[in-house]
Amino acid sequence: MDHQAMMALSEVAVSIELETPEMTLNIGPQHPSTHGVLRLVAQVDGERVRDIKPVIGYMHRGYEKISEVRTYPQITALINRLDWVAGYANEIPFIVGAERLMELEVPERAQYIRLILTEMARISSHLIFCGSYPLELGAGTPMFFALRERERVLDLMESVTGGRFHLNFNRLGGVKPAAGAGSSTRKDVQDLPKGFYEGARDAMGRVLAVCDELDQLISGNEILFARTKGVGVMTPEQAAAYGVSGPNLRGSGVAFDLRKVEHYLPYDQLDFNVVTRHQGDCYARYEVRVDEIRESARMVIQAIDSIPSGPLQAKVPKIIKVPKGETYMRAENPKGEMGYYIVSDGGTGPYRLKIRTASFSNISVLSELMEGVLIPDIVAIMGSFDFVLGEVDR
Amino acid sequence: MELRIPGLARGMWVTLKTLFKKPVTINYPKVKETPVPRARGVIALDQEACTVCMLCARNCPDWCIYIEGHKEEQEPEEPGGRVKVRAALDRFDIDYGLCMYCGICVDVCPFDALFWSPEYEYSEHEVVDLLHDKERLTEWLATVPPPQPLEPS
Amino acid sequence: MPFGLELAIKLVVIGALIPLTALVLGYAELKISAHMQSRIGPYFAGGRWGWAQLLADGVKFIQKEDIIPDNADRPVFKVAPVLVMISTATLFVILPFGPGGGFIVRDLNLGIFYALAISSLGTIGVLMAGWSSGNKYSLMGGLRAAGQLIAYELPLVLAVVGVVIQAGSMSMQGIVEAQIAQGWPYVFTQFVGFFVFLIAGLAELSRTPFDMPLAESELISGYLTEYSGFRFLFFYLAEYASMFALAAIASTLFLGGYGFWGVSASWAGPIFFVGKILAIAFVIIWLRWTFPRFREDQLQSLAWKWLIPLSLANILATAAFKVVF
Repeated sequence: MDHQAMMALSEVAVSIELETPEMTLNIGPQHPSTHGVLRLVAQVDGERVRDIKPVIGYMHRGYEKISEVRTYPQITALINRLDWVAGYANEIPFIVGAERLMELEVPERAQYIRLILTEMARISSHLIFCGSYPLELGAGTPMFFALRERERVLDLMESVTGGRFHLNFNRLGGVKPAAGAGSSTRKDVQDLPKGFYEGARDAMGRVLAVCDELDQLISGNEILFARTKGVGVMTPEQAAAYGVSGPNLRGSGVAFDLRKVEHYLPYDQLDFNVVTRHQGDCYARYEVRVDEIRESARMVIQAIDSIPSGPLQAKVPKIIKVPKGETYMRAENPKGEMGYYIVSDGGTGPYRLKIRTASFSNISVLSELMEGVLIPDIVAIMGSFDFVLGEVDR
Repeated sequence: MELRIPGLARGMWVTLKTLFKKPVTINYPKVKETPVPRARGVIALDQEACTVCMLCARNCPDWCIYIEGHKEEQEPEEPGGRVKVRAALDRFDIDYGLCMYCGICVDVCPFDALFWSPEYEYSEHEVVDLLHDKERLTEWLATVPPPQPLEPS
Repeated sequence: MPFGLELAIKLVVIGALIPLTALVLGYAELKISAHMQSRIGPYFAGGRWGWAQLLADGVKFIQKEDIIPDNADRPVFKVAPVLVMISTATLFVILPFGPGGGFIVRDLNLGIFYALAISSLGTIGVLMAGWSSGNKYSLMGGLRAAGQLIAYELPLVLAVVGVVIQAGSMSMQGIVEAQIAQGWPYVFTQFVGFFVFLIAGLAELSRTPFDMPLAESELISGYLTEYSGFRFLFFYLAEYASMFALAAIASTLFLGGYGFWGVSASWAGPIFFVGKILAIAFVIIWLRWTFPRFREDQLQSLAWKWLIPLSLANILATAAFKVVF
């Protein structure tokens, strides 16, 4: 066979593609990596994803409906369960929004205690991420290191409020002043207990140490680089178009942090950086969260050093009725921007409460990011967004 | 020039170091961890202080407190005096299968009849046994700790 | 001793040894992984050290209900774990525990060749398990496993070729005797081969960082998802037994087997051998609990683009040295 015929034959051989049918794979509601009951209906061709659609609603609990028939203290107890890894942070925008409607002046000490507990909630949420993200990628050990130090933070929160995850420590006008409304001598004033400052400094030191330990263990790992660098790159335009917020947005280079923009807690009196990375891939989002743990730990130590004294709650009547009006209050939750739109008609509970959660908007960008990736990348991208189904489905 | 140790090797060194450190596990049930005094373990009831005002039952977000009471007439202290009417508890049940440990009932009680106790070992084999009646709730009163010292402010 | 009786005794010993090695290595993994993660591991079953944990697990598995999914292909489903177990158990025939005929079941002339050939039967078992489960996740796990196991056969074989060239023999006891005669084990000259052999061996065992077929966070258990009870126990035993066998082959080829720096005593042989196996098993367990897992295409490119050229270069270098010196 001469040279020309050989060339022609090889070209024909290469251009015949193997036709394989696509398969519909249900990365179903019950799955170890979907952070809850998220269902992804994926059309896959072998290992490559052609099309992916998230299906949500498996955990809808009717928060907005039940808020119509509950009072403000009761709703404060319930909304802790939205983003269940950082319980306290969910209460803050709601309470501050209602206080805005009432035009209440919250005492300084109460604001500082709120700030300390919110930053501790942020640390505990990000530590869960630092443990579970490498677990989804296959490394089992960082989970235990992260949770070991998270226990110290939870112990601190328990020593102040009595609860570890769902604190229910806010009251309209400040934080909870006393356990029990009567005048018994057994009433426990829920101010910071003795040994809190020392315990908090110690715990924050350990949190900073475990961040370094996790960096040594997993953040420099070449296999992790291969799994996460360049995977799931989100441009700032995509993020803005879908309403992504929080560390996901800051991982794409946009330096937007509501703690610097909105003044719902005394953040302007503390010195902290807004952590950003410009690459926009999964590794960037991971690094942003690890650095945010460090920033939060330093913020807690600064707040303890400069906490003023004073009352824990403003003067409020026994039965609190919030005057008529409507307001939207948003805050920087660990997962992103969380906002509450409260419509009040003068009663003891809101007329309508609309909850804008971070995770709901964050996962809307997933189907665009996951086009044409391999199946293991689905897990890597989903994990790096760090969403919680309680927030998505409410 | 500094020798750059690859991340793989550094990770292995961390794991090896941790292998030789003491584990942090507390071996329940051989060793029991004592929770902090303010921990929300179980709710204790002081029957004498309760006046059946129903505030706790009304303010519970989950509606897990069941109260029934009746009015009793008390003998006047001196003959010819006013007859006092007191409320007495018939039934005060808290369903711990529904309770979400928020503490609103403890906060709202105007007579300080409810207290938090850090006890946590009350699990049962049947869900229906999680409905604690007033005798059981009064038993927990012995475990309520006194108020703790606070940080000087 | 008549041949039949000797063979029967050896087979009984091997038959008892396989679950025993699985127990010991499984327990080692539980305890070592626990202490690496700041926790205690098995504690209650069997007193303070929890040594009976895996025995209790075995009893639990045996008494479980045998569930076969409706969509499953029943004969293939039932045969798959047996095939994987057979391919592991036959590896124990050529493991040299000591010098002389009493310490090895049969010292075949092509010992290492036989080992590599028979261990690739396991691939068929895994593929059968993945296909017959009637489950898309299992199918994907099975296909990933097939691709991975076939890809890493080549570096495994090529890494061994260097040792065979240097030893001049393929029989297991022959290789160990060559190392004893030389005075030092082959790991010093064949360090490239040792490195490639360990990595390829990890991939053959489907352990992290190469456990894509069983990627727990994505496919739950890959090809093992639908297996429960006694059938799962077969796979589990086969995994730990093949870990033992792989560590045994690695210590024979590279670390000197039952000899110790040129010293070979028949009573100490098994002790040295098992000691080296436990050291390699420790490294395998250590690697599992430190690293995340590779993605499938990265795994394949590691095998084809890096390990095979590296082991080919190793063969060339070994051959050159053998001819020159």
